[in-house]
Amino acid sequence: MKKLIVLPLLLAVLVLPAHADNYSVPKNPAFEAECTSCHMAYPPQMLHADSWRALMNGLSKHFGSDASLDEKRRAAITDFLVANAGGRKTGTTRDAGSQPLLRITETARFEKKHREISAATFKRASIKSPANCTACHAQAATGNYSEHSVRIPK
Amino acid sequence: MRRTLAIAALLFAATVHAETPRDFLTRFEKEAGSTASAERGARFFTTKQGGEWSCSSCHTERPMQAGRHAKTDKPINPLAPAANAERFTDAAKVDKWFRRNCNDTLNRTCSAQEKADVMAWLLAQK
Ligand code: HEC
Ligand code: HEC
Ligand code: HEC
Repeated sequence: MKKLIVLPLLLAVLVLPAHADNYSVPKNPAFEAECTSCHMAYPPQMLHADSWRALMNGLSKHFGSDASLDEKRRAAITDFLVANAGGRKTGTTRDAGSQPLLRITETARFEKKHREISAATFKRASIKSPANCTACHAQAATGNYSEHSVRIPK
Repeated sequence: MRRTLAIAALLFAATVHAETPRDFLTRFEKEAGSTASAERGARFFTTKQGGEWSCSSCHTERPMQAGRHAKTDKPINPLAPAANAERFTDAAKVDKWFRRNCNDTLNRTCSAQEKADVMAWLLAQK
């Protein structure tokens, strides 16, 4: 009997820490088709709903690129992002003037986690931009940003 | 009954996958009302026209090869149909990317003639 209780506990202990910082992107064919052709899939959990709504309202001028979509797809992807948007752990995703931020890389949480990385490092030819998560987080596509899989390229 | 279903299924499959790369050349030539020039297409594809990018900034000057997004660095599969069988098989996809990429490189839509020329050049890549 005791063994039976210990086993699930052990399993829970093994599973929980890995889960605590997992940003795996929930399956969604429209998001995959439309939001991963120019860059990796950014995790919906990393911005709040109002940030996603603002981003999805400006796709024709999307960080210097035209990422415009037909209205049906745009609405469906907005719903998906909002439904999976960040919770308390994400911290604030608004700027000092209380406007929703559009970039994960401008959020306080991102800045805190990357405090030790200089602007020059982010500009290296092998990295190009802080938004290029996969350059350093090799497992980013599976939602794994843990310190064990980080490597800053030269 | 089964026959009708099979025929219907076949027709459906045929309409969904109707487009081949050649069909796009034909369509754009028809819209432009004149024949395409692969040479003009090459020049158009590889030359900046006032903006920060040309088509080749992301698709390279040799579209048989894979490219990289000029800003995000994400790899992009080859654009030439001879190197990538998925290219130019879906009208909605082709129209969407011509709209976006022309806007990004030219700040306007591409004319039917420009699209026909690009198609002719891409089809000539072997
Ligand atoms: C036509 C290309 C293109 C498409 C399609 C596209 N994006 Fe982007 N996106 C970009 C570019 C370019 C950047 C800026 C990258 C940089 O600064 O390095 C960007 C940046 C972002 C950022 C900010 C990254 C940061 O700095 O934190 C988010 C979030 C984002 N995109 C979400 C989306 C979503 C959601 C979709 C689907 C609706 C989408 N993108 C589709 C080109 C695209
Ligand atoms: C220049 C390399 C680099 C880039 C680019 C980068 N990161 Fe990081 N990231 C790091 C390093 C280094 C750490 C710190 C690891 C540590 O010591 O905990 C880190 C930590 C993190 C953490 C915290 C992990 C944890 O276990 O606490 C998250 C989440 C994260 N990054 C997300 C992102 C996202 C999202 C992007 C892209 C928008 C990104 N990173 C881009 C290098 C990078
Ligand atoms: C800033 C980078 C960038 C530039 C500049 C660019 N493209 Fe693209 N292009 C892409 C990306 C990203 C895709 C979608 C990803 C994919 O299909 O592999 C794409 C897809 C396409 C497609 C879709 C073809 C298909 O059937 O799959 C066509 C057509 C195309 N581009 C033509 C052009 C033309 C013509 C130009 C110049 C006017 C151009 N592109 C400039 C990044 C770019």
